[in-house]
Amino acid sequence: MHSAVTGPHAHLQAQVRWRRIEIAFWLCTLAPFVAAPAYLQLASQIAITALFALSLDLILGYAGIVSLGHAAFFGLGAYAAGLLSKHAWGEPLSGLLIASAVSAAVGYAMSFIIARFRHLALIMITLGLGLLLHEAANSASWLTGGADGLQGMKIRPLFETFRFDLYGRTAYTYSVVVLFLTFLAARRIIHSPFGLALRGIRENATRMPAIGAPSHAHLRKIYALSAAMAGVAGALLAQTTSTVSLEVLSFQRSADVLVILILGGAGRLYGGIVGAIIYMVARDQFSGISPQFWYFWIGLLLVVVVMFLPNGILGGLAKITARWQRKAP
Amino acid sequence: MSAVLSTRGLAKRFGSLVVAQDLSLALPRGVRYALIGPNGAGKTTLINLMTGMLRPDAGSIFLGEDEITSLAPESRVKRGLARTFQINTLFPSLSALESVTLAVLEREGHAGTWWKSLPAYRDAAGEAHEILSSLGIAKDAYRLTRELAYGRQRLLEIALALATRPKVLLLDEPAAGVPKDESADLFEAISSLASELTVLFIEHDMNVVFRFASRIIVMVGGRILVEGSPGEIARDPEVRAVYLGKAAHG
Ligand SMILES: Nc1ncnc2c1ncn2[C@@H]1O[C@H](COP(=O)(O)OP(=O)(O)O)[C@@H](O)[C@H]1O
Ligand SMILES: [Mg+2]
Repeated sequence: MHSAVTGPHAHLQAQVRWRRIEIAFWLCTLAPFVAAPAYLQLASQIAITALFALSLDLILGYAGIVSLGHAAFFGLGAYAAGLLSKHAWGEPLSGLLIASAVSAAVGYAMSFIIARFRHLALIMITLGLGLLLHEAANSASWLTGGADGLQGMKIRPLFETFRFDLYGRTAYTYSVVVLFLTFLAARRIIHSPFGLALRGIRENATRMPAIGAPSHAHLRKIYALSAAMAGVAGALLAQTTSTVSLEVLSFQRSADVLVILILGGAGRLYGGIVGAIIYMVARDQFSGISPQFWYFWIGLLLVVVVMFLPNGILGGLAKITARWQRKAP
Repeated sequence: MSAVLSTRGLAKRFGSLVVAQDLSLALPRGVRYALIGPNGAGKTTLINLMTGMLRPDAGSIFLGEDEITSLAPESRVKRGLARTFQINTLFPSLSALESVTLAVLEREGHAGTWWKSLPAYRDAAGEAHEILSSLGIAKDAYRLTRELAYGRQRLLEIALALATRPKVLLLDEPAAGVPKDESADLFEAISSLASELTVLFIEHDMNVVFRFASRIIVMVGGRILVEGSPGEIARDPEVRAVYLGKAAHG
């Protein structure tokens, strides 16, 4: 590819520029209002899952932190938002921020352990911490409602005007706008000096200290940021459904989001979103036909994707377009 | 005499294998040192000890007047001690410019900033480009590291170290694996580095060593055999016996 790069600044600028396909993609998020008004609840769930997957992408795709317990932060955000609305106040936006802060604080505390480990050890630690939190929420049923879930949330209308209606119109609008704003933040993080440092850690952790980089501090920071983002996703789910079940902290949710991100393609910012759309739409379709076989198909899909598209669907698409561009004059 | 980098009685063993024993050195400002010795002599280990990638069992390390023995590697880099690696230790999917820009940003303390756009750091990118230019690899600045020719990657190793603005630069076999003709260019680039910079390089080719070093340290079996000017080293009977006798033929 012949780039018209003319200097160091232009070289860096070229990588952060918005591409037409990105703008087209975000315009498409408006489509459900007209194309599938009956599915706005599902669309809202997809947006929330996409946001959760995006938060995982920040640590997995950009900093190389593998996690099998990311639902911990999703669940914390959900419970924080739920409990706040039940016991204090139900204004959603402040609830979102507070839930996010709770997840970030716990994430930052945990990051002191996370930053020291890599690979298999990391998988075990994140898995362990996730299970720990799930069990804690289960036993603290006086607070969380335990296996019955948290009842009695009172969410106020958005801006005191838009009620969370049965059709999910408010829910989807709210979720997709929050997804978009959080995406903008994630995009900025990736294209910042800090984002470059994260890619440095992912590319070669040994070299980083040799260029004077405090890798552990970088890892702690991105882990806390990612936890904050996962907390926002959890809070969105709680607020848009007015309930929190133990499932938000489950191992299943941690595994699902990992599958979604790998399916879509990690380290590409849009991988989690694309993965969430495919995964959730497929599950919705399949669960109508044969719900018990859902994980059979997902298992098969995962094996096929990893075998033939090791960098996920977006990685595969990128390869095809690169080849196509090379052929074109 | 004020040394920029010095060590006192450094020792290190791996199990029963002694790889560093009573290593005491004092490198003054601006001197070009060659560190020579057979494979397994402990040369890389010495660099690892100095830069903090290995902890010594005994002894101490000073940068100027300050003891740095227990400092983390990145803190030593911040104080002006940089190194390169015998085996390329680069960022394969970053462009050469991005890699060096990252090192500049880390030095300036901007690499933790996540709310500003990278292209806003024009000066850092400009400086990175200048460093690549000074080593003659500006043409490859915008290519991914993994796509660079091997010799260019060796130069990028040095560019990354220079971006930290070191006082002392430790080069671990900078020409390892580079063909002879290219290796001369590489050492020309090294010798034209700022004259106040202290450089220590590990190298096996004696022609290169005698041409570019102002002082030579000979290591054998984890010990410093002798340290002196190229003339002294060439005349030293012990060196001739254990080292030059075998290697000088090549
Ligand atoms: N991490 C390590 N663990 C065990 N032995 C090591 C380690 N690193 C180096 N060695 C051994 O220490 C000796 C010195 O190695 P090194 O410093 O790399 O030598 P040189 O760079 O002079 O060729 C060698 O025998 C090597 O096998
Ligand atoms: Mg070596």
